[in-house]
Amino acid sequence: MSDTKKSESFGGTLIFVFIVCLVCAALVSISAVGLKPLQQANKLLDNQTKILEAANLLEIAGNDIPATYEKFVVGKMIDLDTGEFIEGDVNAFDERRDSRDLTKSSKPENDIAGINRRANSAVVYFVNNEQGKLDTIVLPIIGSGLWDLMYGYVGMNADLNTVKSVIYSADFKETPGLGAEVLNPRWKALWPGKQIYNSAGEVKIKLVKGGAKQGDVHGVDALSGATLTSRGVTRTLQFWFGEEGYGPFIAKFRSVAREGGLK
Amino acid sequence: MSSDTKKVLFGPIVDNNPIALQVLGVCSALAVTSSMTNAVVMTIAVMVVTAFSSMFISIIRNQIPSSVRIIVQMTIIASLVIVVDQVLKAFSYALSQELSVYIGLIITNCIVMGRAEAFAMKEKPLVSFLDGIGNGLGYGAVLIVVAFFRELFAFGTIFDFEVLPLIQNGGWYQGNGLLVLPFSSFFVIGLIIWAVRQWKPEQVEKD
Repeated sequence: MSDTKKSESFGGTLIFVFIVCLVCAALVSISAVGLKPLQQANKLLDNQTKILEAANLLEIAGNDIPATYEKFVVGKMIDLDTGEFIEGDVNAFDERRDSRDLTKSSKPENDIAGINRRANSAVVYFVNNEQGKLDTIVLPIIGSGLWDLMYGYVGMNADLNTVKSVIYSADFKETPGLGAEVLNPRWKALWPGKQIYNSAGEVKIKLVKGGAKQGDVHGVDALSGATLTSRGVTRTLQFWFGEEGYGPFIAKFRSVAREGGLK
Repeated sequence: MSSDTKKVLFGPIVDNNPIALQVLGVCSALAVTSSMTNAVVMTIAVMVVTAFSSMFISIIRNQIPSSVRIIVQMTIIASLVIVVDQVLKAFSYALSQELSVYIGLIITNCIVMGRAEAFAMKEKPLVSFLDGIGNGLGYGAVLIVVAFFRELFAFGTIFDFEVLPLIQNGGWYQGNGLLVLPFSSFFVIGLIIWAVRQWKPEQVEKD
C-alpha cells in the first residue's frame, strides 16, 4: 500500500468512493426490487398457511394453499373500538404500518400485551366448512414474548368462546427449545376445546405453570423453562379478548348471531 | 489442482481454521448453532459473502485508496450481505424468518473483513475467491460440528430428524438445557480447539 497511486489524492479518493457506492447501491436496489414479487408471494403464502392451520384446514389444503384459502376463507376489516365491520382492502392492510401511524392507532390504556400502540382496525378471517357454513373465526394476535413481539393467530369456534388453535408465526426471537416451543405440535394440541370466557363473560384463559388441572377449561400447560414467554402468551390472549382487543367485536357478533342475522 | 490452490481452498478447514486457529467469527458461531439446518445455511451465506467480497475487493485492490480501504471493504461486504438476505427471503422464506437477524450480522463477521484485509488486498481475484470459499468451509466445519452436538443433545434431533426421542414428545431423553442456550457453544468450540491442537501441536501458541 506504500506505492503512491492516482486514486490516493483527495479528489481521486472521493471519486473512487462515489463509484463504489454507486455500484453497490445499484446492486442492492436491483436485488431488492427484482426479488420483491417473490418475497411478497412468500409472505402471503405464509400468512395463508397459518390461517388455514388455525382453522385445521392444512390437511385438506395439501399442496394447494392459495386455492383452498380462496375457497374457504373470507377476510373482513373491523374497527376494534366499535366492533363494527368497516370498508377496507384486506390485502392492503398492514398492521405493522398502521400501529406506527399515530392517526391509525392508539395507545391501549391497559397494555398488558406490551404492544405499545394498537392499530384501530384489524382483519378477522371467517372460515367456512365444506357445506359453506361458518366454521372457524381466525383472529390475529400480537403480544410481547420474552425478547420481542410475537405474531400469531387464534382459531375460534363460531361461538367465539371455544378455542380451536393457537398458531404463532415463526418469525419471533424466542429461545429455541424454551419459548420457541409455542410451535411444538404437542403444546398446540393442548388448545382445542379450551374456553376464553367464563359464564360471567370474564376473560379467564391462561397458561398454568406446572400444568393445568385435568378438566380446567380455561387453563393450558405453561411452557416449561419459558416462564416469561408463557406469561406473554397469557397476557396477549387476555388483552386481545378483552375490551381493548376483540371484545367489542365479539359482543356485537354474538348479538347479531342471537338475532338470527348470522350469515 | 495445484498444491497452492489446494492449500488456499482446504487449508482453512483444519490447518488454518478461521474459528479454531484465528479465533475469528466466534460470535455468530454461538448464535446459529442451535440446529444443523441453520448452521448449514449460515455457512453457505458466509461462504458466498466471503468469496465474492474477496473477489471484488481483489479486483479493485490496486485502485482502493489506502485511507478509506476499510470503509470500501465494508461497503462491498454490506451490499453483498443485503443481497444474500434478499435472496434468502425470496427463495427460502421459512429459513429467512429464523436467520434474518444473523444474516445481517455477517457484515460484522470478522472472518469476512479479516480475509479481505489480509488476503484479498494482496492477491489476485481468482485465488482470493477460492480463499473466501476455503474460509467459508473452515467456518462451516466448526459450525456444523458445534451444531451437531447442540442439536443432538439439546433437542434430540439431527436436521430436525428425531434421533433421541424427548420426554416432552413422549420419549425417554431429557434434553440438555444448557446446550439450548447460545453460550454453550463456547464449551464445544473450546473442546474443538483443544482436540485440533492435540492433533496438530504446531498450532499451539508459544508462551
